[in-house]
Amino acid sequence: MKHLLASVSLAAMMVAAAPALSPAYADAKQGGEMTVTFKDDLITLDPAIGYDWKNWSVIKSVFDGLMDYKPGTTDLVPDLAESYSVSDDGLTYTFKLRHGVKFHNGREMTAADVKYSLERTCNPATQSPGAGYYGALEGFDDFQAGKAKELSGVQTPDDYTVTIKLSRPDSTLLHLMALNFSFVVPKEVVDAEGADFGHKPVGTGAFKVTEWTTGQSLTLERNKDYFKAGVPKLDRINFQIGQEPVVNLLRLQKGEIDFPGDMIPPAKFTEVMNDPEWSKQVIVADQLQTGYITMNVNIKPFDNVAVRQAVNMAINKDRIVQVINNRAVPANQPLPPSMPGYDKSFKGYAYDVAGAKAKLKEAGLENGFETDLYVANTDPQPRIAQAIQQDLAAIGIKANLKNLDQGNVIAAGGKKDGAPMIWSGGMAWIADFPDPSNFYTAILSCGGAVEGGWNWAWYCNKDLDKRADEANAMTNPADADKRAAAWGKIFTDLMTDAPWAPVFNEKAYIIHSKRIDGPAGVFADPIHIPINYDELYRTDLQ
Amino acid sequence: MPAYLARRLIQAALILLGVAAITYLLLYMLPADPARMVAGRTATKEQVDLVRMQLGLTQPIWEQFGKYLWKLLQGDLGRSYLQRTQVSELLGARLPASLLLMAGAIFCELAIGLTLGIIAGLRRASGVDHTLMVVALVFISTPQFVISLSMIYVFAYWLGWFPIGGYGEFKHLVLPAVTLGLLGGGWYARVTRSSVIEVLRQDFIRTARAKGLDRWRIVSVHILPNAILPIIAMVGIDIGYFMGSIVVVESVFGWPGIGQLTWQAIQQIDIPIIMGVTLLSACAIVLGNLLADLVAPLIDPRIKLR
Repeated sequence: MKHLLASVSLAAMMVAAAPALSPAYADAKQGGEMTVTFKDDLITLDPAIGYDWKNWSVIKSVFDGLMDYKPGTTDLVPDLAESYSVSDDGLTYTFKLRHGVKFHNGREMTAADVKYSLERTCNPATQSPGAGYYGALEGFDDFQAGKAKELSGVQTPDDYTVTIKLSRPDSTLLHLMALNFSFVVPKEVVDAEGADFGHKPVGTGAFKVTEWTTGQSLTLERNKDYFKAGVPKLDRINFQIGQEPVVNLLRLQKGEIDFPGDMIPPAKFTEVMNDPEWSKQVIVADQLQTGYITMNVNIKPFDNVAVRQAVNMAINKDRIVQVINNRAVPANQPLPPSMPGYDKSFKGYAYDVAGAKAKLKEAGLENGFETDLYVANTDPQPRIAQAIQQDLAAIGIKANLKNLDQGNVIAAGGKKDGAPMIWSGGMAWIADFPDPSNFYTAILSCGGAVEGGWNWAWYCNKDLDKRADEANAMTNPADADKRAAAWGKIFTDLMTDAPWAPVFNEKAYIIHSKRIDGPAGVFADPIHIPINYDELYRTDLQ
Repeated sequence: MPAYLARRLIQAALILLGVAAITYLLLYMLPADPARMVAGRTATKEQVDLVRMQLGLTQPIWEQFGKYLWKLLQGDLGRSYLQRTQVSELLGARLPASLLLMAGAIFCELAIGLTLGIIAGLRRASGVDHTLMVVALVFISTPQFVISLSMIYVFAYWLGWFPIGGYGEFKHLVLPAVTLGLLGGGWYARVTRSSVIEVLRQDFIRTARAKGLDRWRIVSVHILPNAILPIIAMVGIDIGYFMGSIVVVESVFGWPGIGQLTWQAIQQIDIPIIMGVTLLSACAIVLGNLLADLVAPLIDPRIKLR
């Protein structure tokens, strides 16, 4: 119990620091409502099951976890916990819970609910897509296999204390406690609703769900008993489901809605950005996303590093960024710029056609070769793949495009000799939480290079895996910078082997009505995509 | 008649069984893996296998299909893989909206088709006739997506007469119903025109004119009832046709019906929902056709059901 980190006073300091960032926000008055639109229905609001950004942003407003992020940043702060501590060996985390936090049904939340919620996610019967994240919890394997009735790694010494024991050090644990899969749900409601809990959710969050007509509308109302004073600002959020993004943009411009959840449709992008009135309402947000080309090291000639480097040099990333209306920045390493560990000084492979040809010659392929480039068949991915195809043709590589449904591309990537090259757009990779390990384990480690896995380059470097384990074992929060640097080096060293050609990091373009506003970081929140509903307020009430 | 009905109902059941079997087989043959979709991208191979087993996807296809049919007979369409909700509940929540839209569309296509058709038929070979028939052709051949967006732009965004989209009140129904009705309306205008011309040639019209009946009376009492007959039988078939075209119209207007649900389920390979929607559509088509056949002899006594 060395570093007793975030005491109440520290948390209080953080709250006090927030107004300094945005003075207008501190005294923003509560009240009013806003209307949000989505083309497709929200699949579920069950935190153990929801696994796409639309669900997530709403789930985060209905439920809470032990940890959260400071609005607009990737900085972890305690949430349902008021403080936590980590043992010296990094294997035991102790969370002290807040007193008096209530579920929307009025019952107080206790340590038993935290344990229940984690067990529910890890229980195979729940079929949670996030269960795999919690593999480091002690007793996880026995519990999953049904050999144990409880998850022994999670214990509740009293009603307001939760200890989590790990079988191996995992410095991402605090992030995992801020991820929706660990959000706290009330057992009695889950038992009563069964599989329908996802449509009748009850949490501790800032908003409660008061009405949900599938495929039509969803209403969130302010939780007046929310444990954070003065949050949320809005009384009600109406979600309207089902309309085309183009139509929703028209409705925004007519003043019928406040926030089109599907953002600005590509066909309208230039028009909006050139509109003096509406371009002012657009906010550009960084995403934890990288789009890349994988080269399968099992398939000739990509087993030769010189060929992979040649591909890296052949790609004109600036032109590809233009293909998507400049809604991205060129990338030279796997990590996106807003991820801890991103190396600003790293240069990567510059666009160099002559150099790429020289590399191919070095590999004995000066006459080029023929290969397949797999790509998801939804716009704009095929257009991007065509640009890549042209760049490759310029150095003599004839890439045949395989335009397939994304499920088929993912399946081909997960086969050892399935896909020589894949353009990842539309499928991979957006980080689930802001930690560099999330860009490694599934998509670049030896563990990910398995049948049905996501390491489509089938790249396996035991040395880097070892360094990754070492970085993950740096659980002391004081080592955060050292750890980020270690991770950054892993990714830049990896580029020498060039299993990927990183192409760009996408940006989100968010547009909202003049009626609503929020503190600076909120519209560009890296965690709440597309928007942090808790922090918005009505401008006409201020 | 009862024997005819029984035979048709048995046929209908067989058709539905065939549709169910073929759809199930096609979904089974899809190279995409629903278990992986459910298990998420962090799942290990063991976790995916476990999910596949829980979904019953490891059993042989005939066993899966047999179980599906058995449950279906008990009225259980299963639960959605991703939403975890009863498929029947999802369909039930959306069916009223789709039925309302269809009713509105049928009204619109009859109103548009009969009006244009009768005017064109009465003024045969005139400039009015040619113009109306070109208009009808435009209604028939313009993609519904284009019509939908043009309607929204002109009547909702520009003129502001109707809301841009949504559901709940009469004003929300107008634009999508008209959009959906235009195609059928164009079609019916052409059919009505032909039957009006046909009727005009008949002796009883000449007699009516000779008696000195006024023009309006001839149209309303003698021409309209005769011209409308072929149309009524066609409306039944339209119900099936609408099941297809509502996908586009509902998604543009944000109408919370079956079409929208279908589109989303297909993208997510949510097999129970896809099966449910397909069977519902098949039912609508089969029943619509049956209805059309049953109505036909009431309209034209020369048709006998055997």
